[in-house]
Amino acid sequence: MSTDSVIHDIGYQRYTGRRLGRGYATRSLYVHGVRSVFGLGRPPKAKIFPWAVVGVMVIVATVDIAIRSRTNVMPLSYRGYCEAMSVPALLFLAAVAPELLCRDLRHNVLPLYFSRPLRRTDYVWAKIAAAISGMWLLFAGPLLLIFVAGLFTVDTWRHRFDEARAFSGGLALAAIYAVVYSAFGLLFSSWLRRRMVASAVIVGYFLLSAAVGLIVGQLIGFPNGKGIGQMFGPATLVRGLADYLWSEPFTDINDLGPTYLAVAVGLVLVCVVLLHLRYRRARS
Amino acid sequence: MIETRDLTMRYGPRITALDALTVSVEPGVIGLVGANGAGKSTLIKILLGLLTPNAGQVRVLGLDPATDGETIRSKVGYMPESDALPPDVTAAEFVTHLGRMSGLPRPVARERASETLRHVGLYEERYRQIGGYSTGMKQRVKLAQALVHDPDVLLLDEPTNGLDPGGRDAMLTLIARIGTEFGISVVVCSHLLGEVERICDTLVAIDAGRLLRADRVEAMTTGQGVLAVEVDEGTEQLIARLTELGLKVGTEGRLLLVPIESDDTYDTIMGAVADLELPLHRLDQRRHHVAELFAAPAPAAPAAPAAPEEAASVDR
Repeated sequence: MSTDSVIHDIGYQRYTGRRLGRGYATRSLYVHGVRSVFGLGRPPKAKIFPWAVVGVMVIVATVDIAIRSRTNVMPLSYRGYCEAMSVPALLFLAAVAPELLCRDLRHNVLPLYFSRPLRRTDYVWAKIAAAISGMWLLFAGPLLLIFVAGLFTVDTWRHRFDEARAFSGGLALAAIYAVVYSAFGLLFSSWLRRRMVASAVIVGYFLLSAAVGLIVGQLIGFPNGKGIGQMFGPATLVRGLADYLWSEPFTDINDLGPTYLAVAVGLVLVCVVLLHLRYRRARS
Repeated sequence: MIETRDLTMRYGPRITALDALTVSVEPGVIGLVGANGAGKSTLIKILLGLLTPNAGQVRVLGLDPATDGETIRSKVGYMPESDALPPDVTAAEFVTHLGRMSGLPRPVARERASETLRHVGLYEERYRQIGGYSTGMKQRVKLAQALVHDPDVLLLDEPTNGLDPGGRDAMLTLIARIGTEFGISVVVCSHLLGEVERICDTLVAIDAGRLLRADRVEAMTTGQGVLAVEVDEGTEQLIARLTELGLKVGTEGRLLLVPIESDDTYDTIMGAVADLELPLHRLDQRRHHVAELFAAPAPAAPAAPAAPEEAASVDR
């Protein structure tokens, strides 16, 4: 063998090592999805928007912390923060859901996935889980910031415990937002191949459904009109559901709480089922 | 390696994609030829377990795609006919990702992705985004993703689609190398018979979902060969000399076609050309084109003038 700087073609090597199965592939697809939600492993252009939203979320959290440290009142509680941030979260969703689904649809990548061990349902579940995780992390990060800062402002263990309880409530509400928003966002994205169109439709649906709800509420009138109308928009639906779950007094939902829960669960299930149907029929 | 018996696939009551197809092929480079709509892609999807046939049996690597689809799909690489690449990732990232989807641990996937890309002839370019690639490079990426997990069988659906003649040749040479040097069996779908007959050792021709013929290429092309001779000048002189030497010379444009009667024929021609001091342009043995065999299933097809490449498809 010569030792000159010659590149030797060592020929094709067969792979005899370990092959991991469907579960591994699904997990890898999930991790890949969560990363691409935040533009990681993607070109710089794909990072701008998600991180801009993250920036807004963090800034609001920082202001919340700053005011609390001065005045000892929390302008936004943990759950209040989630509700206040539902608009940036919607914008985030409008970027995230199409990113996860439309790229594969538009560029016909699905046949490459489905000719591999993982099944269509695995693909769908991995994408759903990635969207939910991404949305949840968007809330959870700033909430954690508020919590850590909050621990410095209280000094007794009882207060620290209360703080932790409120924090976990915030995380739970964030999870509800993540689940409901992702379900809608993914369903719309799965039917639209173009990313921009999907983003517009997602934002459009959220705004439009809220408007329709408002009108319906007016038509039905007192006492339950407002409560019923607010079930239409995903944002107000989640807020109403939170009011019910944490038994907030004096809200618009009156005794519609269980209905809110049923509607939310039902809508999410319908979205998930439709998503699976969509991919069962997708061309491979 | 692949076996089907009475395989039937219908889309709705009207369209029959496969009609009682029975075929069995051994490992090697297999050409699956047929006109567009003959049922090639349908057959491939059944082999992958992505479609369930209406009737009949299939075995791929001894497994049934309907029940062991997952195992088969981990041992098979598939290159679809359509564009299937997102433009905004690099080839290296994309192939690595799909390697993981095939069950390769992350470091292995990364290593094999760059190895495979090198084998298909993309090395320097693999860190560039796919969107900037030429059609030929994209086809290579599609081939690389089918190869990344080191499958036992490759299913390639029209791998030369959209390539210029040079690109076609390069792709076919690469496929032939995969079959011979890499030791991976390859099924190449094509509607151009003339293209795949060059690299395949088995040909399966289907038409309207039925089997036309399946055999090894040697079995189809045995029979008397013909030597094609072309000289830059003095064609007439050479014809005269060869006839004098007792050879039956036919012409086809500037080409002289001489049937090979014995082992000496080749030497006789070389001798004649040397004696006349003619500039020899080419001298090669011409095989019967397999196309003729499909077009006229009668055993001894006459040495008709070679069909031009386009007419060599079984598209009738």
